[in-house]
Amino acid sequence: MAKRFDIKDLNIYYGKFHAVNSVNLAVPPRNVTAFIGPSGCGKSTVLRSLNRMHEVIPGARVEGKVLLDGEDIYASNVDPVEVRRTIGMVFQRPNPFPTMSIRDNVVAGLRLAGVKNKKHLDEVAERSLRGANLWNEVKDRLDRPGGGLSGGQQQRLCIARAIAVQPDVLLMDEPCSALDPISTLAIEDLITELKKEYTIVIVTHNMQQAARVSDQTAFFNLLGVGQPGQLIEVDDTEKIFSNPGQKATEDYISGRFG
Amino acid sequence: MTATLTDPNRPAQAPAFQKISPARQFKNYLAMTLMGLAFLVAVVPLVWLLFTVVSNGYSALVNGDWWSKSLKGVLPEQFAGGVYHALYGSIMQALVCALIAVPIGILTAVYLVEYGNNGRFARLTTFMVDILSGVPSIVAALFVFALWVTTFGFETSAFAVSLALVLLMLPVVVRSTEEMLRLVPDELREASYALGVPKWKTIVKIVLPTALSGIVTGVMLATARVMGETAPVLVLVGYSRSINFDIFGGNMASLPLLIYNELLNPEEAGQLRVWGAALTLILLIMFFNLVATVISRFSAIKTK
Amino acid sequence: MAEEVTGSSPPAKSNGRRRGDGVFRSMTTGSSLVIVVSIGLIGLFLLIQAVPSLNANNINFFTSPEWATGEVGNLRFGIRDLLVVTVLSSLLALAIAMPLAMGIALFLTHYLQPKLARPFAYVIDLLAAVPSIVFGLWGAKVLGPALEPVATFLNENLAWVPLFSDGNVSLSGGGNIFTAGIVLSIMILPIITAVSREVFRQTPVMQIEGALALGATRWEMIRTTVLPFGRSGYIAGSMLGLGRALGETVAVLIILRSATSSSTFSFFDGGYTFASKIASAAPEFSEPLSTGAYIAAGLVLFVFTFAVNALARYVAGRGKAKAS
Repeated sequence: MAKRFDIKDLNIYYGKFHAVNSVNLAVPPRNVTAFIGPSGCGKSTVLRSLNRMHEVIPGARVEGKVLLDGEDIYASNVDPVEVRRTIGMVFQRPNPFPTMSIRDNVVAGLRLAGVKNKKHLDEVAERSLRGANLWNEVKDRLDRPGGGLSGGQQQRLCIARAIAVQPDVLLMDEPCSALDPISTLAIEDLITELKKEYTIVIVTHNMQQAARVSDQTAFFNLLGVGQPGQLIEVDDTEKIFSNPGQKATEDYISGRFG
Repeated sequence: MTATLTDPNRPAQAPAFQKISPARQFKNYLAMTLMGLAFLVAVVPLVWLLFTVVSNGYSALVNGDWWSKSLKGVLPEQFAGGVYHALYGSIMQALVCALIAVPIGILTAVYLVEYGNNGRFARLTTFMVDILSGVPSIVAALFVFALWVTTFGFETSAFAVSLALVLLMLPVVVRSTEEMLRLVPDELREASYALGVPKWKTIVKIVLPTALSGIVTGVMLATARVMGETAPVLVLVGYSRSINFDIFGGNMASLPLLIYNELLNPEEAGQLRVWGAALTLILLIMFFNLVATVISRFSAIKTK
Repeated sequence: MAEEVTGSSPPAKSNGRRRGDGVFRSMTTGSSLVIVVSIGLIGLFLLIQAVPSLNANNINFFTSPEWATGEVGNLRFGIRDLLVVTVLSSLLALAIAMPLAMGIALFLTHYLQPKLARPFAYVIDLLAAVPSIVFGLWGAKVLGPALEPVATFLNENLAWVPLFSDGNVSLSGGGNIFTAGIVLSIMILPIITAVSREVFRQTPVMQIEGALALGATRWEMIRTTVLPFGRSGYIAGSMLGLGRALGETVAVLIILRSATSSSTFSFFDGGYTFASKIASAAPEFSEPLSTGAYIAAGLVLFVFTFAVNALARYVAGRGKAKAS
């Protein structure tokens, strides 16, 4: 079910501000693509445009094409809600629904879509929690509120919630930036497992993380203040970190700026 | 500071700390004292008023009949009967009002927070809510009179009172709900959208439940407020000394109306009823306020 | 693609599945419309029903102190005295409540420890929970008589000030504007305090610390940072209080004694405010033309409070714009 992304000539604007300039990128299925780059370079913006979450921000608009297995997610007959059902997202800070129990959090997407069969929901909850490596830690307290878990557990809960609707792609927006090193490791292990089934795109500030989990790395950069963000280069992770094609990439990776 | 260079008695070393001049210190203390006094001045009437009402009214309340009987057939000078009929009226009129005002108020707040986008209509609505919150209760009552009674030709009734109370309750509900909805973190909305949940379901199933306790608190406070309103009942419904369950017709008592009518009764029994009803009204309002406080204490919005 | 986006929302596409969004959106918009329209209707209906009576009025509506609506063939009603009593009582209330509210708000926000400030603020809020009829009861039966010596003293010693000269009702019992104004001041105290408290608390910490670091005493800090910052909010809150006082009905109705002669512009007058006049006649609203006279008075009150509240909003809005 994992699908491939083809991003063609993508430009993103906030009102009059040109935030991201002409991105061309292919994301193969069952593969982890990492977006790296300094703050404000547009990598999160690009990520959010992949499931139309940027439309939440007033004034944001997109030009160009984002093809999911050849279908443009911005075609006029495509509903953003359907796009998001197909392309799940995990956010920077864990955001479980505070009014719901752990189990309800996991199956929230299904229940809100109208699935009522309790047995089915329970199965999905278990499968998703197992998939997120959380089942053993929470199986005895599924009815407790999700807010009672630790930060790392909450983030895995959010991943379980995202995979419960069986998306084709998972987008992760700095999923470990609010977590401690041990929780980070747990999430990274999880990503490695998830890529067997999902296409994953992850934004990260942590270059070691990009090197550890991703197969392909895209480096974004700003050419100057007030200039739009650019995709500088994209290549196999190994190549980017050992022998990047651009000077800017090398500078960034070796810590000379950013 | 006072020691100048020419002062022959100046200490060999400057003091470690510069002293504040007495005038400045005095002003500082004076300001503090005045502010504390202002607070005390405000507390005096509160305590005085509550003491008056309790000491004059409590003996009426300890009688069991007070809560279970109306004033039907009770003579002005007779120490008998109760406020059961007025209690029913007060609660019923407030409930019917809440039934109408709460959905409209919450939906309006949802519009302002989730859909309005601070556009022209949203700003107009906010402005009108502000204006509505300043409309005197007597004007709201007159308006309902002009609309419901004169124009539509209905008779005065408890329902007409409720309609006037709706106008007074709406702004309170809108404001408090709006405030609560704005406290719901955007991250929750995003999480829901990212699961492919449509916007209206996100609002109904995620945003509103998260803000629920705050909204309920606001509604309780608003209900308490309209229960104490007297002007609408004076204009829009006649007083009855016996119970009337029909909100659409006939006279119906309420606590403020009972107080107002018994004020004309010079007998001691009438005075007792006045203070007793005043105390009952305060207790009723306090009860709603208390419930509101408990609810809000129970579950404030957790952003983590 | 990329159409205009509303709020924190994804745009709703209009294909089948988004009907829920459309319906819900219309419901919320409709509710807002109800509020907007009802304000307009209030003005409109009062106007429509006031006009025939105003046309049938035989004396000047604005300048006459007379009020006789019993004879439909010979309507004579003017709002001069209602206006005088309303304004005098409200201004007295404001004059007492404004400094008190400022003191209380500063006390709660910048003197008390936060732990104590909460219950203390709750005490002030309790005042707002007391229904107006109970205030009226207490004002007429307890406070009025208690204030009688004070009123007598002011009247005897300060009679050369027009506001303290002999009124048109007897001083005994205290059924005059003086008592009413004081009761009103207590009633509007909570709202002015609440609004002021809110703005005083929002004074930027950096400014406060800046003042304190210069060696300012607490009072000097308040005068140089908190008061300038909170001034427009404080004024806006006071205007809201004024609006409340102008429209207060039953407390004033119970306290003020009716007068046989017209107003003398003294605090020791009796009579009626707009609101209490309307309420006093409510049981006799049957004849449309005479009812229309009261509705005309209500319309004036509505316009009056509308103006005061709009002004409060304007002042508050300007303050906000300045602060940001």
